[in-house]
Amino acid sequence: MIRFFIRRIILLFVTLFVTSAIVFGLTQLLPGDIALLIKGRDASQVVIDDFRETHGLNAPVLVQYTNWLGGFATGDWGKSYLDSSDVRTTVLRRLGNSLQLAGLTLLLAVPISIVLGVVAAVAQDTWVDGVISIFSLAVVGLPEFVTGLLFLSIFAPGAGWPDWFRDFFLPALTATLVLLGYIARMTRAGVIEELRKPYVRTARLKGLSTREVLFKHVLRNALLPTITVIAISVGWLIGGLVVIENVFNYFGVGLLLVEAVERKNMPIIMAATMIIVFFFAVSNMLADLLYAMLNPRIRLG
Amino acid sequence: MTQTQPQTDVTPKRVSRPFYKRALASAGDFLRQLARRPLSFIGLMLVIGFILMAIFAPIIAPFAFDQISTGPRSSPPSIDNLFGTDRLGRDVFSRVVWGSREIIVIPGIATAIAVFFGAGLGMMTGFYGGWIDEVISRAFDSLLAIPAMVLALVMLATIGPSAVGIVIVIVLLYTPIITRVVRSATLNVRSLGYVEAARLRGESTFYIVTREILPGVLPALVVEAALRFSYAIFLTASLGFLGLGVQPPSPDWGRMVSEARNNYTRTPWEMVYPAAAIAVLVVGVNLMADGLRRIFRYEGQER
Repeated sequence: MIRFFIRRIILLFVTLFVTSAIVFGLTQLLPGDIALLIKGRDASQVVIDDFRETHGLNAPVLVQYTNWLGGFATGDWGKSYLDSSDVRTTVLRRLGNSLQLAGLTLLLAVPISIVLGVVAAVAQDTWVDGVISIFSLAVVGLPEFVTGLLFLSIFAPGAGWPDWFRDFFLPALTATLVLLGYIARMTRAGVIEELRKPYVRTARLKGLSTREVLFKHVLRNALLPTITVIAISVGWLIGGLVVIENVFNYFGVGLLLVEAVERKNMPIIMAATMIIVFFFAVSNMLADLLYAMLNPRIRLG
Repeated sequence: MTQTQPQTDVTPKRVSRPFYKRALASAGDFLRQLARRPLSFIGLMLVIGFILMAIFAPIIAPFAFDQISTGPRSSPPSIDNLFGTDRLGRDVFSRVVWGSREIIVIPGIATAIAVFFGAGLGMMTGFYGGWIDEVISRAFDSLLAIPAMVLALVMLATIGPSAVGIVIVIVLLYTPIITRVVRSATLNVRSLGYVEAARLRGESTFYIVTREILPGVLPALVVEAALRFSYAIFLTASLGFLGLGVQPPSPDWGRMVSEARNNYTRTPWEMVYPAAAIAVLVVGVNLMADGLRRIFRYEGQER
């Protein structure tokens, strides 16, 4: 277990390192001079030189990269191309907002989707199952901006809805719908697979009611894949909120990334991507660890 | 993630009919199977409907997508303008119809390229193993460590938003995923008796890969291709919504929705129809993919 854990930690750092190389490499592919792009064609030479000096763009590419990497590791994430503000402050503030949204989303999505999945599995192949399946397929299919805008138009402004409801609860509800179908489907599949096992028949023959079989035996095994999916969802949420944050104009790290992409604000793009990948990788790691801890049958190799 | 479980009983039948005829026959068989499930059938019909709409756009659409003053500006749906007009007086119905071309063609081409590369690389890495497998698999693992939407954004920041840019992004995003799926399917098929037999018969590697391995990995590949197509549509629409899709005046459904949303209360038709078109198309492709998944009993990868 300890060895597995250490290996995954090392892998995490390798992932972050490779990500930084990929993203930095991509930013270097940008055609044209970044200083001219940001400051405009008419900018005076003094302004251009000053910009290059401030952001260390005069150094060779490899030196730029190692400087950035060293800076990122020690907490100096560079300065915004647009207003020279500190990137770290901005990104961390936006990250805090995104984490709040992700937290509320999980609070909503996890209980609802597990209940839906279990109900669908127990009522397998009945109309209840059909309705839940169609519902989850439909909401999984709908793009976030369609459901988000739908909610915004249903709960129209001026109809007395409090600000927090439209600005915070509705984005979380939209993200919930995205996760809902996915988690519910995994739960349903897990429960159905478990219900087919011989021990379930044994338990029934012993005279236990369906409810007892379900709660005493089936769920603790069946929910293993669900737990993994939930852990992965946490990472997905941080990056996946990009579109939702845009719809609701929610000041999270996803909206920050889109703004930075539109304006080619490279330091922000780099830092925001690294943070999102960090959460994505950590949650994938936790998913594997949780799965292994809850299921002793998995040998960690 | 879900395990790849290709159906192993799809061993190619030893018949003397030519390969393409067998392929056609099994494709027909398979469409019949798909049509037997009502939901999958609806999905299939929706997808075919949208494809026909894209092909016959010049006939169906009464106006060109960029023609202004087709009626009064920002007017509600009427006989002349079925879905109303936007603030430039452009016909929303025509723009939705023309827009079906981009939302189908861009993800379609991108998915086809990704499937081609993914199938090739997946079978190669799965069949040969060794250092090629190690290098390609590790490289793709690191690409997959970045969430798709984020990688797409960073790439579009440099490539610039355009149809070609989106195709490149989708190919780069989905080739690793398809490669991974096909690779593990190949590993399952490789150890089967008939492949070993072909090897012992002294067949060439090309023969073994195309005639023995490919039919075995086909179920996983078909389901994965359908899933990728649906995610590609999703991604293209979302990028359009973020303003990073095909640039104006092209009618991009996602962009139409995002441009119309500020005036939603006054001109809801400008937003509702393209949004509904996206929703119906994506749900249709999903239903079809779900049908394929059930036929082949293969779960597929998420996102």
